[in-house]
Amino acid sequence: MSEQEMKFQEKKTATPDGEATKNQLYFAPHVDIFETEQEVTVVADIPGVGPDGVELSLEKNILTIQGRRSTAGKPVGRLILEEYEIGDYLRRFTVTETIDQDKIEATLANGVLKVCLPKAVPAQPKKIEVRIG
Amino acid sequence: MAFIRFSDRPTFRNPWAEFERIRQGLDELSKTYVEKGKTPGPANVFPALNIYEEPDRLLITAELPGVKTTDLDLSIEGETLTIQGQRSGGDSETGASYHRREIQYGSFSRAVTLPVKVDTETIAAKLTNGILTVTLLKASAVTPRQIKVTAE
Repeated sequence: MSEQEMKFQEKKTATPDGEATKNQLYFAPHVDIFETEQEVTVVADIPGVGPDGVELSLEKNILTIQGRRSTAGKPVGRLILEEYEIGDYLRRFTVTETIDQDKIEATLANGVLKVCLPKAVPAQPKKIEVRIG
Repeated sequence: MAFIRFSDRPTFRNPWAEFERIRQGLDELSKTYVEKGKTPGPANVFPALNIYEEPDRLLITAELPGVKTTDLDLSIEGETLTIQGQRSGGDSETGASYHRREIQYGSFSRAVTLPVKVDTETIAAKLTNGILTVTLLKASAVTPRQIKVTAE
């Protein structure tokens, strides 16, 4: 896998619900989504976002990933070459599985966000024993 | 019947003047188009770079999510800075079915020629939250120097 050469991927812009009052630039982060029997995992590339800048929510089966870039440490000076634009991140997914909301876990490392959504265990059918009495 | 007097006509009418006017208009149009439309430039090579210039230094930034510092290799030779590295991972987990695979994994290498001479001894690079920032101090010969004006 590591032998493969990485190619340049154009960043896709995302539009938030409704029109924003601020002229904010949003990008849709590239994601990997995979599913095992126990959980659904979403991996998203959000370079430039620190742990305080991530906003995650799962509401009505819609998972929203929002990342705000920290403005601290932003380079100043004259831009002499611009190959990529800087903006915040936003992407939404509809989750079809029933998710155990209390056990959602998210980790952020090197600008990569990993969200683990454990599937809710379906309630075991209760067996009612009939006693002969 | 309207009479057109000979003296009403322009004395000399260049038949090519109209073409010239159209050509100039098209030139202007293409100029504004190029300025407005942000061309990705010579990119198409991973990673995309932004270069900022300050009076005494150059800052090169690149978005490298998921790349560890140990997997990143920077080198400078003369005025060419080379960024090499790899993003490991992406191997399918056992028993997992993928719904989306948009993230790329693999190796990358990019060389960039610096616009000015830099001091190769004082290069600093850091990787925070997946963003690489390389700080290159300009060589003292090209750093602007204040010249004091003295009154006599």
